[in-house]
Amino acid sequence: MHELSITKSMLDLVLDQAQKNGAKRVQGINLVIGEMSAVVDDCVRFYFDFLSKGTIAEGAQLSFKAVPVTARCQACGEEFELEEFNWVCSECGGARIDIVKGRELYLESIEVE
Amino acid sequence: MEIKVLKDILSANDKRAEENRALLNSHNILAVNIMASPGAGKTSLILETINRLKMGIKIGVVEGDVSSSLDAEMVAKEGVPVVQINTGGTCHLDANMLSNALCNLPLQDIDLLLVENVGNLICPAGFALGTHRDVLVSSVPEGDDKPYKYPAMFSQSDVVVLNKMDLLPHLDFDRQAFFKAVKGINGRAKIFELSCKTAQGIQEWISWLLAQLKHALEIST
Repeated sequence: MHELSITKSMLDLVLDQAQKNGAKRVQGINLVIGEMSAVVDDCVRFYFDFLSKGTIAEGAQLSFKAVPVTARCQACGEEFELEEFNWVCSECGGARIDIVKGRELYLESIEVE
Repeated sequence: MEIKVLKDILSANDKRAEENRALLNSHNILAVNIMASPGAGKTSLILETINRLKMGIKIGVVEGDVSSSLDAEMVAKEGVPVVQINTGGTCHLDANMLSNALCNLPLQDIDLLLVENVGNLICPAGFALGTHRDVLVSSVPEGDDKPYKYPAMFSQSDVVVLNKMDLLPHLDFDRQAFFKAVKGINGRAKIFELSCKTAQGIQEWISWLLAQLKHALEIST
């Protein structure tokens, strides 16, 4: 549901960057989305289709790079990818962790002409 | 031609959140963002807090809901300034909405601003508001597994309030499992077990709030 706000912000950022670079058309948009940000690709595509109508980004290809959630064990320092309901260190079994990757939500690059 | 951007998608929101923070700081206001699923007890906690503190602390409230002004009306009855934000379908508050609300509050007459976010355990986590503390209200009937199911919000909260403790004898809620889950993904979170119904544990919550206010005041002077 938050994808509508996120897609609006993303489109604003894309158009701003395209304009600054004198682009006539945006062909591709490359996004990096951490799994913990709970952003659903299909929803972003759906909103993008109608929000971008009539802009120079209409018809641009969206590509999503997913970043798995990675945690660091507070006890032994091991970094490991989290699997659902398995929030313990794969190395020492420690139950206290810090989340080090997986919250990303950024625009990596755009392809323009 | 490829143009590297490497910019956070919500950077416009983050910028507005920083402006909110600066405005709040300039008025020495401590702002607390209260998040929870619908029905966990956000409004009850706010009303209980107002009752305990309004004689000594100047409180303001922002109520975020998809629709209706029911919560704001309840708060207004307590005699504190309140602004209702109706998001009209949007599932979270964002910095721009809070910015508009701040324009409609007597900031010079507020020490503590309680911001009730829209009832939702997912979306509010991603949108900074400019508030100083994040409080997550969870409740016994929701079950002890919620930290694992909604890790983003649990992992970024300063405080987890476990509300409706009076229902514990009637439900299969494993307190130890809940504590283990919260502490596992967020070692710095304080947990307050309380019941807005019986007032059990409310004093610890109030003491924490007062300590935060004192801390904020010390920084500003």
